[in-house]
Amino acid sequence: MEGFAGRAFRWTATGAGALILAVLAAVAVFLIIRAWPAMSARSGELSEKINWFPEGQSLLQFIGPLVWGTLLAAAIALIISMPLSVGIALFISHYAPRRLANTLGYVIDLLAAIPSVVYGLWGGLWLIPKLQPAWAWLADNFGWFPPFAGPASDPPRVILSVSLVLAVMILPIITAVCREVFLQAPVLHEEAALALGATRWEMVRMAVLPFGRPGIISAAMLGLGRALGETMAVLMILSPGALYSLALLKVGQQQTIAANIALQFPEADPLGVSTLIATGLALFVITLVVNMAARAIVARRKDFSGAN
Amino acid sequence: MAKRIDVKDLNIYYSDFLAVADVSVDIEPNSVTAFIGPSGCGKSTFLRTLNRMHEVIPGARVEGKVAMDGVDLYGEGVDPVAVRRSIGMVFQRPNPFPTMSIAENVLAGVRLNNRRISKGDAQDLVESSLRGSNLWNEVKDRLTRPGSSLSGGQQQRLCIARAIAVRPQVLLMDEPCSALDPISTLAIEDLISELKDNYTIVIVTHNMQQAARVSDRTAFFNIAGSGLPGRLIEVDATSTMFSSPREKATEDYISGRFG
Repeated sequence: MEGFAGRAFRWTATGAGALILAVLAAVAVFLIIRAWPAMSARSGELSEKINWFPEGQSLLQFIGPLVWGTLLAAAIALIISMPLSVGIALFISHYAPRRLANTLGYVIDLLAAIPSVVYGLWGGLWLIPKLQPAWAWLADNFGWFPPFAGPASDPPRVILSVSLVLAVMILPIITAVCREVFLQAPVLHEEAALALGATRWEMVRMAVLPFGRPGIISAAMLGLGRALGETMAVLMILSPGALYSLALLKVGQQQTIAANIALQFPEADPLGVSTLIATGLALFVITLVVNMAARAIVARRKDFSGAN
Repeated sequence: MAKRIDVKDLNIYYSDFLAVADVSVDIEPNSVTAFIGPSGCGKSTFLRTLNRMHEVIPGARVEGKVAMDGVDLYGEGVDPVAVRRSIGMVFQRPNPFPTMSIAENVLAGVRLNNRRISKGDAQDLVESSLRGSNLWNEVKDRLTRPGSSLSGGQQQRLCIARAIAVRPQVLLMDEPCSALDPISTLAIEDLISELKDNYTIVIVTHNMQQAARVSDRTAFFNIAGSGLPGRLIEVDATSTMFSSPREKATEDYISGRFG
């Protein structure tokens, strides 16, 4: 027997769940319908009618490098920010004295709330000039490693600068989520580790990090989502190109989907808009795939999560 | 292997609050010593000072002396981590690591001390530890399953196996059966009697029958009122404590007149 409140709750919850699926489906349908003119265009039509569309390329050939640039920028940002975020979160949750931890946590939450355009301005105006010597040093000393091959461009409006700003941008949100997860680590298991003669770091490795693993992955996905879709920071820093390039220190190599949409949209004719929406559809698919992959990773060791 | 612990004039604090006052007690090797007393009397707090787990809580500290075979555990230059490696602990609620398999749980402490244990040695140690905690026959076919897949009583015996795998000198048990059913409790009690051949065992229990069944010596703790420190009232052979205690409070508690 279910009372009125129980029924009301059930329908509200079911409705909310259904609404999310409906919105997702609506977005997908919108993207496909609006991208259709570009997707169904005969070969050569796109470059004929759109002045910025590269000569003699198909739609897929156009989208490919953009997908590459998007994934590259976001992946490097994640590689830079993940260790830092986990480290800061651990410091706040398990090492810092309580007052320092509270202050730091507050600052992190504040940083997470800053709009990305501000990070873009900061990166473009303040950080960029200061990066040139660092990138030149990288090219001089690690130039044998292809991504760091020189000469480093000056000014460094390159993908590595973009990734660095993106890393700073997603650091607070990843840190904030990781900190919450680490604070939830059961005292029961922390004490079990300590009683076995674990040092603080060994305790963290035994009881906190394994427990927090699904949360760390979720935090990474949240950060990756922001990095993949980031528009302003990329637009304001990167000197774009359209190559499948690994060169991180040279200008005119890569471009991301979101920045490209923002760059071309104001002057696009209907077919141009349709082409840009097709690239948006690609971005939509990327985020779906990445999130599903993350879910699969989390689910793989479900029995060992401690949730049972 | 088993060692004795001598406690002298120990005061235990949480920041400025004196939680347990003036405890002096000798814990004999290869015996079972039970701590009994009403809730809040400080027996668990006192137990946690014996392997320096007390100081894990911010602000917690002690004054006085705890010596294991004459070595002061709170002496200068004594690493609490080293103390905990030689004095194992079993907690009130079973706490196997949920992210580890049964075998990994047993080896958890050993891996801290000696990372490069060979595969064969590790298997032998898993088996001998699980046999030592009377769990081997129940889990030998599923050593790679998560520790959390076991029943509560089995989990507690897994925790005991984990504690004895590092071959401690002393084993502290903080109400190890309070979350378990009577059959699992019996299994743990039988195990305690076997373990005292090799270890010095200290057990905190709320269950006086349990203290009478498993222990050689019993210590009674009491508290005069809230806000006041807990104190050790008396300690003696278990048979004496349960038949003719010296203190009136002990007799009242044991006969069920309070607490």
